[in-house]
Amino acid sequence: MDKQKSVQELDEVVVRFSGDSGDGMQLTGTLFADASALFGNGVNTFPDYPSEIRAPQGTVGGVSGFQVHLGNQKVNTPGDFCDVLVAMNPAALKANAKWVKKGGMIIADADQFNEKGFQRAGYKTLDAVTELNLQDFKLIYAPITTLTKESLKDSGLDNKSIVRSKNMFALGMVYYIFDRPLNFTEKYYEVKFKKKPEIIEANKKVLRDGHIYAGNIHAIPNTYVIKPSTTRTKGKYRSINGNTATAWGLIAAAEKANLPLFCGSYPITPATDVLIELAKRKDLGVKTLQAEDEIAGICTAIGAAYAGNFAVTSTSGPGLSLKSEALGLAVMTELPLVVVNVQRGGPSTGLPTKTEQSDLMQALYGRNGEAPMVVIAASTPSNCFDYAFWAGKIAMEHMTPVLLLTDGFIANGSEPWRIPSMKDYPAINPPIVPEGTENFMPYARDEKRLARGWAFPGKKGIAHRVGGLEKDFIKGSVSHDSMNHQRMVDIREAKVQRVKEFIPEQEVLGDKEGDLLVVGWGGTHGHLLTAVQEMRAAGKRVSLCHFNYIYPLPKNTREIFSRYKKIVVCELNLGQFANYLRMNLQEFNYLQFNKVQGLPFTVVELVDRFNQILEGK
Amino acid sequence: MEEKYLQYTPQDFKSDQEVRWCPGCGDHAILSAVQKGLPEVSKALKYNLERYVFVSGIGCSSRFPYYVDTYGFHGIHGRASAIATGVKVANPTLSVWQITGDGDALAIGGNHFIHAVRRNIDTNILLFNNQIYGLTKGQYSPTSPLGKITKTSPFGTVEHPFRPGELVIGAQGKFFARSLDIDVKLTSELMVEAAKHDGTSVVEILQNCVIFNDGAYDYITDREHREDRVIVLRHGEKMVFGKNRDKGLVLSGLSLKVVTIGQGGFTMDDILVHDAYNSNPGVHMMLANMEFPDYPVALGVIRNVKDSTYDDNVRDQVLEVMKDAKIKSVDDLLNSGETWEV
Repeated sequence: MDKQKSVQELDEVVVRFSGDSGDGMQLTGTLFADASALFGNGVNTFPDYPSEIRAPQGTVGGVSGFQVHLGNQKVNTPGDFCDVLVAMNPAALKANAKWVKKGGMIIADADQFNEKGFQRAGYKTLDAVTELNLQDFKLIYAPITTLTKESLKDSGLDNKSIVRSKNMFALGMVYYIFDRPLNFTEKYYEVKFKKKPEIIEANKKVLRDGHIYAGNIHAIPNTYVIKPSTTRTKGKYRSINGNTATAWGLIAAAEKANLPLFCGSYPITPATDVLIELAKRKDLGVKTLQAEDEIAGICTAIGAAYAGNFAVTSTSGPGLSLKSEALGLAVMTELPLVVVNVQRGGPSTGLPTKTEQSDLMQALYGRNGEAPMVVIAASTPSNCFDYAFWAGKIAMEHMTPVLLLTDGFIANGSEPWRIPSMKDYPAINPPIVPEGTENFMPYARDEKRLARGWAFPGKKGIAHRVGGLEKDFIKGSVSHDSMNHQRMVDIREAKVQRVKEFIPEQEVLGDKEGDLLVVGWGGTHGHLLTAVQEMRAAGKRVSLCHFNYIYPLPKNTREIFSRYKKIVVCELNLGQFANYLRMNLQEFNYLQFNKVQGLPFTVVELVDRFNQILEGK
Repeated sequence: MEEKYLQYTPQDFKSDQEVRWCPGCGDHAILSAVQKGLPEVSKALKYNLERYVFVSGIGCSSRFPYYVDTYGFHGIHGRASAIATGVKVANPTLSVWQITGDGDALAIGGNHFIHAVRRNIDTNILLFNNQIYGLTKGQYSPTSPLGKITKTSPFGTVEHPFRPGELVIGAQGKFFARSLDIDVKLTSELMVEAAKHDGTSVVEILQNCVIFNDGAYDYITDREHREDRVIVLRHGEKMVFGKNRDKGLVLSGLSLKVVTIGQGGFTMDDILVHDAYNSNPGVHMMLANMEFPDYPVALGVIRNVKDSTYDDNVRDQVLEVMKDAKIKSVDDLLNSGETWEV
């Protein structure tokens, strides 16, 4: 290494990897994030990829990106803008230049910046710097493809495999710049390509050669260090994304209830990984059924719930639309069921790979009839585990369907997670009806939760019928009686409202009173938290009230809202939660900050808006 | 284990609910056949009452679970196959019966129906086929014959109907049988056969809707012609029918042909023997598709082929993976893979 180069210490840094959707940018970013997490940094990631598996090569539409935010403390967002952009072709540069901080570094594969590359990406000229206004950036044109070929010319690999390794060359360069150890990634190759030693060696060589190359060129004046975090709670950590955490939280709930887990589901972006994770867990007895459609997904789950399994289904927006009728059946039959909805841009097929929070009204009300169910939203990749667990606990103990909302951002985003111990989670005690219960009445309820009993087929003496027709208040047989219907509608609502008594009170970050209360829910937590922390560091009297329990709302919500001069509700839709709050807590005035671009908030835009509000604009 | 399964009578399977089908509806006879059949199934398979689950969708037939004093689930329109699948996978020891009609199973629920059959999930599907929508009062169904005049086809339908047997066999179905609503004895007998068969067993029951499609099956149910127009197939027996037992089926080229024994040089030796266990669907398909007046309508077990079932495969795979698994609890799972200490 060139000893002349200086080492600069940074608190945090954001790196964005971008390339064609076949260039392996998701893996490259993940490896960088994992190596940094292992190194002890705070890490938060954001994958941004197109819905086509292989969009036309070299086009802007086919660019896939992965942003990694590192810090010497915990970081709560993937960062608004990046310090370093890796662009594997002209299209990647064109699509991502706007996300680079002024003066930031751009590493581009010079070999791809030829006439063909410019043309495919729709440039008007052959001069990216002028056309994209990159004069103030540190642009490093490295012949990455050529150097990768040179590095592997004796490897015995075919040309296609060699070219495919160029992402590892770029990664090696980034490792040099941020002084990351290579051994974690080398170990990854050893595990991943266990049966292909030539691939292990090739990847190691390319990674090292990229590292050496970055050290040799004079274009990189200094390297950077981001020290490991010193404030983290001691313990064992792992990296986790939201979809894996959701799947594992559901398994945890099944374990605590001592019941088999059944998942009936249909693949849909960005929820598919929940099904994939569960399908892997046959070792824990998980049964997954990849159904013929979304409707069958939920209906098999309802059947499994009736038969005594902890049943779940996972989906995303359009799939939730298809499940609506069956959600009503789950409400009517009062069976435990968890429906995971990983929100994406809508309406209709919308933006399959982009994030949004626009399914809230559908989750709350998207059913025929008065069909209340519990709605919960996870807010970080790792707390998907906790809220999936709580969704299961509430569903089984209160005998109700629960809708768990996550979104594409937290589902695919990842962060380091201190591994919890299952002994710290509460037991789950569903109201299972014992065999031979005398005078069993299917719709008799316990007074505390208003939950009916869960009577499994196969048990003696408690055979009974359920279904979608209105039920008699006690016996559960079909009843068309008008007063009985009123009673049943009322009690189904009361049962869900009763959940209020079993969920934690809402918490506020910041002062108990102040000038502005920032209200949010679900996956925007990291951005809102960071923005509020920045405001507070600047001496502003701003607090954050971020909701995970949506229906019912925590019982202290009104009291919290009453202590602030202004309330602003921030969400990635046109104001669904704000309107829901207007319906339920009518005495407050709700300002809104909304964004519907398929993208998360940026901290910058939040802080700007909050300052405007404080200034009365 | 209590040996209750030896003692059941039809009375044990009657619920306290008032049966609300129209007087004269074929469903009454089917209900009676099922209540008579269940004690037989119980004896044959040593099933106590609590093992039975009746699952249905929507339609006249789908009210069925309320009238049988077992576990029951009256679902939503078309989804009975999916609900029944969930019940069976959740607890494979249950004896799951799906009650459905031609609209429920073959129109709105067509997708779930064919996939249940394809997966070979071990459920028993009693498909009541009355070729009409009864509960919505007389619209054509996917089994109504081309040209059928109904409320929504005042000038006759312009669409070709499904033939349930063909659909089941086309979807790789392993068990298909057919009965008539009025033939209580045969329906009960077929129930036992369906229950014994591991995998999806579809029993089509030709059922008269007395209000909106009365007499649709008179051509095969009236006493005078019945024996000449239906053939009851039994595995290992000759395919013979007719009042005088003098008609039979032979293979002529690639098709079935009706012949009279003793005429045209055909003797009993030429008549086909029914092989329900043959995995080749060719003859089964032809038998299932036989229609009057060219052929007698086939009743009985037309196809009964052994194969692995979905629910067994799920259970076996779980047990197989669990046997050598390193991860035995959620704590193991959380601590698996790449971790680090801070």
